[in-house]
Amino acid sequence: MVRPMTGDTSAPLTFSGTNLACRRGGRLVFSQLNFTLPPGGALVLRGPNGSGKTTLLRLLAGLTPATAGQLAWNGAPIDDPEAHAARLRFISHLDAVKPALTVTENLSFWMEVWSGKAVESGIVRAMEAMDLKRLASFPARLLSAGQRHRLALARLIVAPAPLWLLDEPGNALDDSSLKALARIIADHRAQGGMVMVASHGAAFVSDGATLDLAAFTPSDVSHWSDAEEGEK
Amino acid sequence: MSVFTAVLARDLRLALRQSADSLTVVAFFAIATVLFPFGVGPEASVLARIAGGVVWVTALLAALLSLDRIFTVDYEDGTLDQLVLTGAPLPVVVLAKVVAHWLTTGVPLIIISPVLAVTLHLPAAGYGPLMLALLLGTPTVSLVGAVGAALVLGTRRGGVLLSLLILPLYIPVLIFGTAAIEATVTGVSAGPMLTVLAGFMVLALTLSPWATAAALRQAVE
Repeated sequence: MVRPMTGDTSAPLTFSGTNLACRRGGRLVFSQLNFTLPPGGALVLRGPNGSGKTTLLRLLAGLTPATAGQLAWNGAPIDDPEAHAARLRFISHLDAVKPALTVTENLSFWMEVWSGKAVESGIVRAMEAMDLKRLASFPARLLSAGQRHRLALARLIVAPAPLWLLDEPGNALDDSSLKALARIIADHRAQGGMVMVASHGAAFVSDGATLDLAAFTPSDVSHWSDAEEGEK
Repeated sequence: MSVFTAVLARDLRLALRQSADSLTVVAFFAIATVLFPFGVGPEASVLARIAGGVVWVTALLAALLSLDRIFTVDYEDGTLDQLVLTGAPLPVVVLAKVVAHWLTTGVPLIIISPVLAVTLHLPAAGYGPLMLALLLGTPTVSLVGAVGAALVLGTRRGGVLLSLLILPLYIPVLIFGTAAIEATVTGVSAGPMLTVLAGFMVLALTLSPWATAAALRQAVE
């Protein structure tokens, strides 16, 4: 189900969006947004709170429909949300960790979902990447916020996918975990994978392009108040 | 298919670890049913007459207690976003969750129902149809309930809203489920009623996963 990411250069992957717009609750969050993500590329989303970083990532994941515009994968328009979902990993500010399951069980569930079966070596590799090995048999409810977030990030490793959408992945992480995050992102890009990160301080992405969402937010204040009146 | 088994196994494991949730449902079913002999009086003929209806009404109310939680926890901790993004068809994920719900709440009700039937003085000939009717009817309860549970995701006091939304839809199951049990008391064959219940189940099985999936996509939007 998940396309193996071989990093073959014969078919380099690109992910792009043209003229994207999104309206949430009657308010236009952003419009006329364009981006292209080359193979191995990284794009850091910046912008003040409420500028639509999370909305954009959810739109790119196919969770939120775009009000206007078109997403394309390798130049072909994305019209099958399930096929698109199979090639991406989405890390949101919610960790999707089950407190009653152990660290290993949490990871093996997602490995089974994404790659058909849970293989111990794959789970161990993911735990090592995010320094969770010694917590392997701990129930996730005993983890700290940072450890839980590391467990969420370890999901990126258990099954490969070409596109990573990361929403504030550095939250609650200590210095060594930030370094680990930088390492897995660099490895992913070295294999031709793409990363899109919403972050305020993205020290963990080297030489990535920046997309400032403030530039696509309708600055027209009357536009906002119109929309709000329309809601009432 | 691996997604189906993975989700089913995970939900069963979670239900086992947090067995209090399932036990609450069974305990509610038992206590609510046992209240009736106290309320109606100990006269055996009256109790036998109403046994089928009592068991079904309490079973439906017990199911509502747990339906509330079928998607809420996954919705709140972000798992639902990830389940929508598995790349597998969402109805398959939904069906796995509904099957897990039925196994952890429907099946225990079926198992203890004969014990409760004793307190309601149901004639021994009625135990078979009682369990069969529950066996054919409770999957429909889980399937239809899942649609409602998905629709009320993210609303405040969703549990109350869920009852208002779903209980009317349970009326057909209630009518034929009760009729199947009463048939044996009055000496008629329960066969046709059970066939209708099986029909409801097939109908729910073919429609509910898709409707639920559509509602879940709305919820994560």
